[in-house]
Amino acid sequence: MEKLWIIAAMGAATYLPRALPLAVLARMRIPEGFIRWLRFVPVAVLAALLAPELLLRGGAFDLTIRNQHLLAAVPCFLVAVKTKNLPLTVGVGLAAAILLQAVMP
Amino acid sequence: MQPDAAATANAHPPTELAAGVTKAVPIMLGYVVLAMAFGVLAREAGLTISETIAMSVIVFAGASQFIAAGMFAAAMSPAAIIMTTFLVNLRHILMSAALAPHLRGLRFHSYALLGWGVTDETFALNSTEYGRQPRHHWFMYGTNFAAYASWITGTIIGAFFGSLVPGIEQLPLGFALPAMFICLLVMQLSDRLLLYAAVLAGGLSLLLGQLLEGNWNIILATVLTATAASGWEKWKSSG
Repeated sequence: MEKLWIIAAMGAATYLPRALPLAVLARMRIPEGFIRWLRFVPVAVLAALLAPELLLRGGAFDLTIRNQHLLAAVPCFLVAVKTKNLPLTVGVGLAAAILLQAVMP
Repeated sequence: MQPDAAATANAHPPTELAAGVTKAVPIMLGYVVLAMAFGVLAREAGLTISETIAMSVIVFAGASQFIAAGMFAAAMSPAAIIMTTFLVNLRHILMSAALAPHLRGLRFHSYALLGWGVTDETFALNSTEYGRQPRHHWFMYGTNFAAYASWITGTIIGAFFGSLVPGIEQLPLGFALPAMFICLLVMQLSDRLLLYAAVLAGGLSLLLGQLLEGNWNIILATVLTATAASGWEKWKSSG
C-alpha cells in the first residue's frame, strides 16, 4: 500500500513539469526573444537524446562496428535524409537492428 | 509560427484525432515493447501486478519507471525514489514550454490533459508536425493518448505474461524509438543554423553526460544550445 503512495507522488513529480509550462505559457504573451529561443529546443532535445543513445554502449564511447545501435542508425539517417518518411525510416531501422542482432549477437 | 485557436478552428476534431493516432503508430510499437520489458522487470523487482500497472498508468515515463523499479528492489527511501523521478523527468519542462506557442487559446482542461502525454517521443512527433503546419489540438490528443494507451497495454502484457514469452524483450524492437528520433530530427533540420544546433547539442550532451549524474546533460545541452543559437541568430540579424 505504501508503494502506491510513492507511485502517486512520482506521478505528480512527473506531471507538473510536463503540464505547467504549457498551461502557463500558452495563455500569456510570450516575449519575442523567448519564442526565438524555443525554436531551437526541439532540435536540441532530439540531438541531446540521440547522441548518447547511438554513440555510447554501457556508458562508454563505442565507435566500433560492435555498436549495433550506431550501425543500425546509418541506414536510418540515409533513408530519413532521402525520403523524410517516418514509417519507412522506422521500418528500415527495425529491420537493420533485427538483422544485426541475428548476424552478430 | 503562432497559429491561434481561430486559425485551426475549422479543422475537424475527429479527423485530426485519427491523424494523430495514425502518426503515433511508430511510437506505439516502440512503447508496447519497452513497456512489456518494464512489466517483466518490475515484477522481478518485487512489485505486484497492480503496482506495476499503476506505475505505468500514474507515472507514464519510461526511463524513470525502470530506475524506480530498481530502487524499489533495493528498498531505497521513498524520498530518494520520488526525487530521482522528478530529476529524471525534469527535461520535459523544456518540451512543454516549446509546445506552448503552437497551442494558443485553449481552455485550461485542454492544457491539463495535453500536458499529461508530453514524453520524449510524443514531443518529437508533435514538435515536428506542429512546426510544419498549423494543427488542431485534437491531433495532439491523438498522438499523446495513443502513446499512453500503448504504454499501459504493453505493461499489462509484460506484467501478466512476460515470463511466458521469454526473450521477447531481447528483440531490438525498442530501436523503433531511436529510428523515429532520427527521422524526426532530420525533418526538423530546415536551415543551416538548426543543423549546427543539433551537432552542438549532441556533442554537449555526450560531454556533459560524462561529467554529470542523471539527465542533467539533456537539460543543460538543450539550454546552452538554444541560448547560443538564438543569441547567434539575433547577433547576425542586428549586425
